[in-house]
Amino acid sequence: MSMDRRKFLKVAGVGALGLAGLPASRLLAADDPRFKPPAEGLQGKRWAMVIDLTKEAHDADAISVCHKIHNVPQLTNPRHEIKWLWNTGFKHAFPGLASKHMAVQYKGEHSALVLCNHCENPPCVRVCPTKATFRRADGIVLMDFHRCIGCRFCMAACPFGARSFNWVDPRTASNLDEPGEVMLTFPTRMKGVVEKCNFCAERLARGLIPACVENSSDGRMLFGDLEDPHSDVSRIVKSKYTIRRKQHLGTEPSVFYIV
Amino acid sequence: MNKRGEMLTGLVIAVFLVLVLSPILYNFAVGNARSVPDLKPPPGGEKQCVESKEWMRGNHMQLLFDWRETVVREGNRTYRASDGKEYNMSLTSECLSCHTNKDEFCDQCHDYLKVKPYCWDCHIVPPKENA
Amino acid sequence: MLDKALCGSKRYWGLIIFLLAIIGVGVLTYGYQLREGLGITGMGRSVSWGFYIAQLTFLVGVAASAVMLVIPYYLHNYKEFGKIAILGEFVAIAAVTMCLLFVLADLGQPQRMFNLILHPTLNSVLFWDMIVLNGYLFLNLIIGWTTLGAEKKGTPPPGWVKPLIYLSIPWAVSIHTVTAFLYSGLPGRGFWLTAVMAPRFLASAFAAGPALLILLALIVRKYTKFDPGAKAIQALAKIVTYAIITFVFLFFCELFTVFYSQIPEHMDHFKYLYMGYDGYGAYVPFMWLSLILAGISIIMLVNPKTRKNEGTLVVACVMVFISTWIDKGMGMISGGFVPDPLHEVHEYIPTLPELTITVGIYAIGALILTVLYKVVVSVREEELA
Repeated sequence: MSMDRRKFLKVAGVGALGLAGLPASRLLAADDPRFKPPAEGLQGKRWAMVIDLTKEAHDADAISVCHKIHNVPQLTNPRHEIKWLWNTGFKHAFPGLASKHMAVQYKGEHSALVLCNHCENPPCVRVCPTKATFRRADGIVLMDFHRCIGCRFCMAACPFGARSFNWVDPRTASNLDEPGEVMLTFPTRMKGVVEKCNFCAERLARGLIPACVENSSDGRMLFGDLEDPHSDVSRIVKSKYTIRRKQHLGTEPSVFYIV
Repeated sequence: MNKRGEMLTGLVIAVFLVLVLSPILYNFAVGNARSVPDLKPPPGGEKQCVESKEWMRGNHMQLLFDWRETVVREGNRTYRASDGKEYNMSLTSECLSCHTNKDEFCDQCHDYLKVKPYCWDCHIVPPKENA
Repeated sequence: MLDKALCGSKRYWGLIIFLLAIIGVGVLTYGYQLREGLGITGMGRSVSWGFYIAQLTFLVGVAASAVMLVIPYYLHNYKEFGKIAILGEFVAIAAVTMCLLFVLADLGQPQRMFNLILHPTLNSVLFWDMIVLNGYLFLNLIIGWTTLGAEKKGTPPPGWVKPLIYLSIPWAVSIHTVTAFLYSGLPGRGFWLTAVMAPRFLASAFAAGPALLILLALIVRKYTKFDPGAKAIQALAKIVTYAIITFVFLFFCELFTVFYSQIPEHMDHFKYLYMGYDGYGAYVPFMWLSLILAGISIIMLVNPKTRKNEGTLVVACVMVFISTWIDKGMGMISGGFVPDPLHEVHEYIPTLPELTITVGIYAIGALILTVLYKVVVSVREEELA
């Protein structure tokens, strides 16, 4: 009887260990020889962006292309709005830095272009209970829409309001409810998950830079690897005075602004 | 226990059994049990999937799961099959490029088995060219 | 023992059916939410948590307060609490169950709930909240059921329950601390970013929970033959008194820090809640009501005459309960989201379906509590007979 029990405990123990090891075995899938990164993809150590606020803002194209290629729904209820890239006032993008005595260009309601900062120390990743949002080795903070349970802890944690939740089925939106309107190259989302800018990870994999940068007016936006000293981004950040949103919070944003 | 009690217990057990067996009984009555789905091969005439037909039949869900994890989380996009050929890991632009007849292939079997994969809540089925 | 809940008076069954009806409406409304998405609530991009999470926060406190009976009874051998410790433990079971249901109601993809266990993430406070809440539920189930079962047989509770009882004490503190950490560790949310959050939560919990217990004990005494004891109720009243004073004190500590430092990121949330901000101020009357009720109840509780009179004590307890409920169940969550990180103001007003689901979950809690209390009362009435 006692032998039986010991045997049972052993089996149960090994079983429990196996269960605990399950996520670890998943991690090892990273070395699975069946899977390879795309040959033509852009490689970086820390993707980053520079936005020049001194250049006049003509961001409509950049924003509409971003929202078009990612099938971002256009919902009429402002509470349900989904935003990846958008214009806001300087005082909203940089609360605490604005002053009523500033020049006119900083007082407008649409002067600053904002998006996910792809922080080096992202609070959203820290709080996510399922690792549905995670930071890749190249610095991009991504969403795994398959895994998100919709708890919205990440939205409470993000100090930049960069995240949107699908309060309703996005396919009911006017721009997505007809087959011809939807971009076939990128999935839509489903109701109940959080989404945000992905630094065009799907385009980087095909060797293309983010669509907003490609479609921005001259010099307004730059994209590159912050760890590569010869990249455009590094050059600017090294030579000019740039600021980042809410730097004092220590999240280390990857989007730099020239003001 | 008295006689009425025994009868009541028997009745409860009988009702329980009928309820539990009702799906099987239903299929016997309607004659559906033998109508297995008749899956259509890709209309383009492709003979070889990324892995063998038999393996895919049992493992396509695990393969798609592995693809999804590695594409989204590890940034891999290329799959090296066991015969050495390479494929782009994409449900809509790889799988569905041959299996353009999703309704006769994926859906038929999934409907038969009453499984509802939520792939299509987000991933978009390319519209048929001559539809 | 559960069979005791199956035979009761007409009034008992009337209450059960009434609660089941409310639960039915709640479940139907939840079905609607499941189909349409959380868009049927008043939440949005800016205020992304609302009434559900606020009720979770409040009820975690009610659950944690069982420890205010356990400590005097089991650690200090205060015999007067012997009869009512079980009432506290059963309140905890009902409250924690409601907490878990509120988390569930708030999820966008509840079907994927088990991802929490499938992909355990130790750096997420929500993961730990799940662990401590479930742990506390099981601790109280085991402790409550075993001690009551032993009492029914007329034997002392088995020895192995003691360590669990001792474990439940720090565990009760942990559930509310971890819940406070959900909020107080977030950068960029000035309203919550304060070390006094967890202590403040605990203080309001130890006021609200025992206040509810006093009310429940008086109801039990009125409608059944089981008398929880006037002395026990008075001891609880003193606990409520200390706790509500501590709560108000911690609140004023917060107010001083925020308004003397005048840092907008922290101050503007308080302005929104207590004065209105940028033209929005739906919560202002409630927040002031909460403060006024807390003030009056303190006067009534500190004064021995009104504390010892059970009529006025009831009034004070109701005030404490409403005051703390407004503070946590209404102000705590909305206040943290307004103004939002872009310093924009989007006011949150819960919708009717959202409130219906909330009431439905409260009815589930009330049903659990009714059934459990019925068992306790039946066991005690048997002892008397």
